[in-house]
Amino acid sequence: MSDTGAELLSILAATLRLAAPLVLAALGGLFCERSGIIDIGLEGKMLGAAFAAAAAAAATGSAWAGLGAGVGVAVMLALIHAFAAVTQRGDQVVTGMALNILVAGLAPVLATSWFHLDGTTPALAPTARFASLALPGASALASVPLFGPLYGRVVSGHNGILYVAALAVPAIALVLRRTRFGLRLRAVGENPDAVETAGVSVAWLRYRALMLTGVLCGLAGAYLSIAAGAGFSRNMTAGRGYLALAALIFGRWRPLPVALACLLFAFADAAQTRLQGVALPLLGVVPVELVSAIPYALTVLLLAGFVGAARAPRALGIPYRSRG
Amino acid sequence: MTAGVLLLRRAEPALIPLINLTAALILSALVVLATGADPIEAMIVLARGAAGDGASLGYTLYYTTNFILAGLAVALPFHAGIFNIGGEGQAYMGGLLASLVCLFAGPALGWAAIPLAVLAAAAGGALWALAPAWLFVTRGSHVVITTIMFNFIASAVMTFLLINVLIAPGQNSPESAAFPAATWMPSLGSLLGPSPLNLSFPLALLLALAAWVFLRWSRRGFELRAAGANPEAARAAGISVGFATVLALVLGGALAGLVAVNELMGAQHRLLLDFPAGYGFMGIAVALMGRNHPLGICLAALFFGALYQGGTELSFDMPQVTRDIVVVIEGLAVLFCGALENLFRSRIARWLGRQVPA
Repeated sequence: MSDTGAELLSILAATLRLAAPLVLAALGGLFCERSGIIDIGLEGKMLGAAFAAAAAAAATGSAWAGLGAGVGVAVMLALIHAFAAVTQRGDQVVTGMALNILVAGLAPVLATSWFHLDGTTPALAPTARFASLALPGASALASVPLFGPLYGRVVSGHNGILYVAALAVPAIALVLRRTRFGLRLRAVGENPDAVETAGVSVAWLRYRALMLTGVLCGLAGAYLSIAAGAGFSRNMTAGRGYLALAALIFGRWRPLPVALACLLFAFADAAQTRLQGVALPLLGVVPVELVSAIPYALTVLLLAGFVGAARAPRALGIPYRSRG
Repeated sequence: MTAGVLLLRRAEPALIPLINLTAALILSALVVLATGADPIEAMIVLARGAAGDGASLGYTLYYTTNFILAGLAVALPFHAGIFNIGGEGQAYMGGLLASLVCLFAGPALGWAAIPLAVLAAAAGGALWALAPAWLFVTRGSHVVITTIMFNFIASAVMTFLLINVLIAPGQNSPESAAFPAATWMPSLGSLLGPSPLNLSFPLALLLALAAWVFLRWSRRGFELRAAGANPEAARAAGISVGFATVLALVLGGALAGLVAVNELMGAQHRLLLDFPAGYGFMGIAVALMGRNHPLGICLAALFFGALYQGGTELSFDMPQVTRDIVVVIEGLAVLFCGALENLFRSRIARWLGRQVPA
């Protein structure tokens, strides 16, 4: 295998690793936004989950306990979001921002108080994390040309949460398209009056959507701190929640395009560390720092309609007052 | 109806934020309690750290300056119905232009570069707000998302510039050369005690006054508020809603850009990475707590400035409570004053014998 080939495989594998938390968070945001609630608080939910997962895993030594705690905390944050945005009809953007700020402060405060480290949790032992899984046949197929290395080095060898993220994409697409809940969810984001007239509670639907957002953000956060990483550090989500939101808009609120947008962003991220000092055809040496701005610039272009218009769910951001 | 109730009715606009803030502080005290520290003692340390002596007070007012500017940067667009989350990037770009003036025009112009750099800071922030504003008015792009994206883009551009272009020769950390001393914002540190307090503080107060006059008394200010309150009606009345919207966001951007004057020209005297340090976001909390009124914003900014300065002291005196507790208080303040502002409102309105607002 040539060096370039090996390099490419490692970029692709890194793309998948970087995409997983984005996909989970963006799909979480999808439930929320398709139900008509803006979710700028993905970042906070993810960060809260990352902290809770690492803290619980450090305390119990069990990755599963960590996962449970992470998902639990993210769902709790989502319920606060739902209470403020649905029950109290508060401003949805403000609610999301409040959660982001609150968690950014609360996690290091609790980390310091519980573990006596400066805003971090202790490094986790390998047993308290989700290890990489070798998929069946990865070594047996290694000699098959093209497919062998692709399967063995790119697809295989990640942790379980990444595969959950991959399966979640078609699963959620099916839920939205084929189930009664999915249909109602899409309807409530477009025309909540129609849903209420049909005798379905708008508030309860939105609460359920937000709880699902919590579950998915919980997985995303746990992925960062107890699967890909080995502990929590201050602001470890580093803007991924906002990036996931961008991917959600970029993918026009649909599961498959959203996942592809996440992969694109992750690829830009994976490539940038390897592009350092490399001269590209036509462009010459591209400054690494500027490559990282590509996803954001793309999102702005898309929103400006230069890449095609993105139409949000019609009732997005409007608090609903029941007429019943 | 008794006079007391009438008085309370008059005080309602101030009463509700105070009640919401109290709820946020009570929850914060519970968090402090959870860390094993005494919340009352923490409160005393915080207050002493914020205003215990001249130097502390100087630091408090220095932070207050940033919060006034960042708060106004959110409030002005808010009056036009626009949510500006881009203060962070706008401050960054303001810092870039101001630094360029100080570094390159400073040696030749001396102190005359100061007003020029202040204008450059405002222009940088305004320009960085202009693009999202323009895209919103002409293409309907969601301002919340575009301003956040512009924060990231500003951060990427500045990282690039500081590492590759503006870095001081022979320097390892990504910061520019020091500004010529003549271009430093005149210090007011000697008034209260050694602190980075500088002329930006009276400037921020003046701008708050100007914002109030503009919103309350000027024609453009009225148009801006009309566009925010009811765009349809404003349009019917012949007001250019698009122009009012762009103006509001651009003015907000200019105010955010001025944060750089206090931070860079007043205190750091060089351009450094991540200097906006979350002030752009905290401006949202300040504006919400100040009910988007310039006077309210000054008071809220003072509160947050004291919290910031007191928080530093807190982490010295009570090591089990970190500085981050300040961020917790801010988060809870935004939650209760912004997102949950109706939580107590109807109860209080009923208690005051008012019709519950629909």
